[in-house]
Amino acid sequence: MNSHERAMERRQFLKGTLGAASLVALAGCDNLSHSSWFPSILSKTEKLTERAQRAITPTNALAKEYGEADISKVFPANGNTDPGTGEYAEHVAQEFANWTVMVGGLVQTPTSWTLAALKELPSRTQITRHDCVEGWSAIGKWTGAPLGDLIRQVQPLPNARYAVLYCADVDEDGVLYYESMALADCFHPQTILAYELNGAPLDIPHGAPIRLRFERQLGYKQAKYVTMIELVETLSGIRGGKGGYWEDDQGYEWYAGI
Amino acid sequence: MASLIHEGTGTGRGHGGGQVSELAMRSEPSRINQQSVPDSLTLTQGSISAVAPVSASGTERIYRHRLPIRISHWLNVPFLIILIMSGLQIFNAHPALYWGDRSDRDQPLISIRPIQTDNGEVRGITTILGYKFDTTGVLGYSNGKRRAFPEWATIPSAKVLAMGRQWHLFFAWALVINGLFFTAYALISRHATRDLAPTGEDLRGIGKAVKDHIALRHPTGEEAKRYNVLQKLAYVGVLFVVAPLIVLTGLAMSPTIDTAFPWLLTILGGRQAARTIHFIACFSFVGFIVVHVSQVILTGFFNNMRSMVTGWFVAKREPGC
Repeated sequence: MNSHERAMERRQFLKGTLGAASLVALAGCDNLSHSSWFPSILSKTEKLTERAQRAITPTNALAKEYGEADISKVFPANGNTDPGTGEYAEHVAQEFANWTVMVGGLVQTPTSWTLAALKELPSRTQITRHDCVEGWSAIGKWTGAPLGDLIRQVQPLPNARYAVLYCADVDEDGVLYYESMALADCFHPQTILAYELNGAPLDIPHGAPIRLRFERQLGYKQAKYVTMIELVETLSGIRGGKGGYWEDDQGYEWYAGI
Repeated sequence: MASLIHEGTGTGRGHGGGQVSELAMRSEPSRINQQSVPDSLTLTQGSISAVAPVSASGTERIYRHRLPIRISHWLNVPFLIILIMSGLQIFNAHPALYWGDRSDRDQPLISIRPIQTDNGEVRGITTILGYKFDTTGVLGYSNGKRRAFPEWATIPSAKVLAMGRQWHLFFAWALVINGLFFTAYALISRHATRDLAPTGEDLRGIGKAVKDHIALRHPTGEEAKRYNVLQKLAYVGVLFVVAPLIVLTGLAMSPTIDTAFPWLLTILGGRQAARTIHFIACFSFVGFIVVHVSQVILTGFFNNMRSMVTGWFVAKREPGC
């Protein structure tokens, strides 16, 4: 055997070993992904990320606000683009005249706002970037009532820690959509219950008549078709217990700051 | 003769090599001995130094990599592989790249999409700056599935963005912690300044180094004990340019971090630009890994592996010819 043949043999051996090793590694990763214990280790980083990000981010630091020229020509609508229920169809027919948002739970004075009442509150307009978990970004102009104003009005009890937002849409299996956020984040100046996009009333794909804008987190936290906000002490008793539709069954993080 | 020696040492790589070369260090080899080492032996010096005093006499063992560096290096292997493959999983959720802050879907820099041809066939089309390439089988459409990167390149192999993110964000922390540990150690131990930073002399010799590399002529003797200029530039580039860039662009994709450090997106050219740079930096890593592993194999695989595992590297004393 000459040295060239030996080199070829070694190369074949290395190739074979690397190929086999990568297949085993990939299968191993897939098995770990399906195990019950490994994802729970991976998800430990969520708390670490949340703590780190909250520690270095000033409480009221604002998301960048853009100019009119920066607005996306097309603002994609993801997730449910129509709740599709009979009840919702009635609201559409009535142009949402009877749509209400109830804020209750751990509060002194539970209160309901009709769409018209919400529009009477002081409003905020912001041109901000929407970052989808999938990777794309779109810029839109949102107008709505600061959520903090509503929460202050209902006077949260001292033990309230989270706000849970219930929505009118259901998925194909009939599971109701919901989301939640830290109560502190409700008071961020750019957290609004939006009723306008780019100067027009919200359309159905974008969450008519009311959706959340929570500018410092990813798109899947921006609940659409909001009907009720409940202040709670813990998320563990609610639905799947992880604080949202995407969190309960789909494996997405509750803290969506990255 | 060379083949006999090689075959004979096939089983006892590693240990044997170490012991005999220690002997070699103690017994000062004579010039004549060095001259008598056939050049073919030096190609596989790592494995043959175990055999005969004749070959061992021309070699010298040096302690090249200290333990913290070795640990940090080997941790990077699984960390980077997992980060690259879970990153491709995340990319697959929206397989297009843009510049600026927005994703204007009609103007991607790069996109990888399956398209249906007129006869109903699905092809994978990769578009780079408007130029279309048919990449069916690898990009866009592979193994009967409409996906940008193929199953063998992503973690998990199935399309599960949420799980890809969990792997990615966990190992991103692991890589950053390992990177901070390495950087602190490299600075304190002066590994960075002594071994990695190219000297003026190094940089002046860059032309010769490029020619030698193209000819696959590798340094021997004293030269082989330290990193050559291209090696230094590659390591410095990966450790202190690409790695920090990939961390910064990763952080710049976080809407929360963007409110804390608004200048990040200003210097990077926008959130979608940050995502594009993150992707380019990822493939710089891939390119580095390909070249790095090839060089490890070409310049004495077992010697190189032993030196990164045990620390001990066997260098030939002087160029044999």
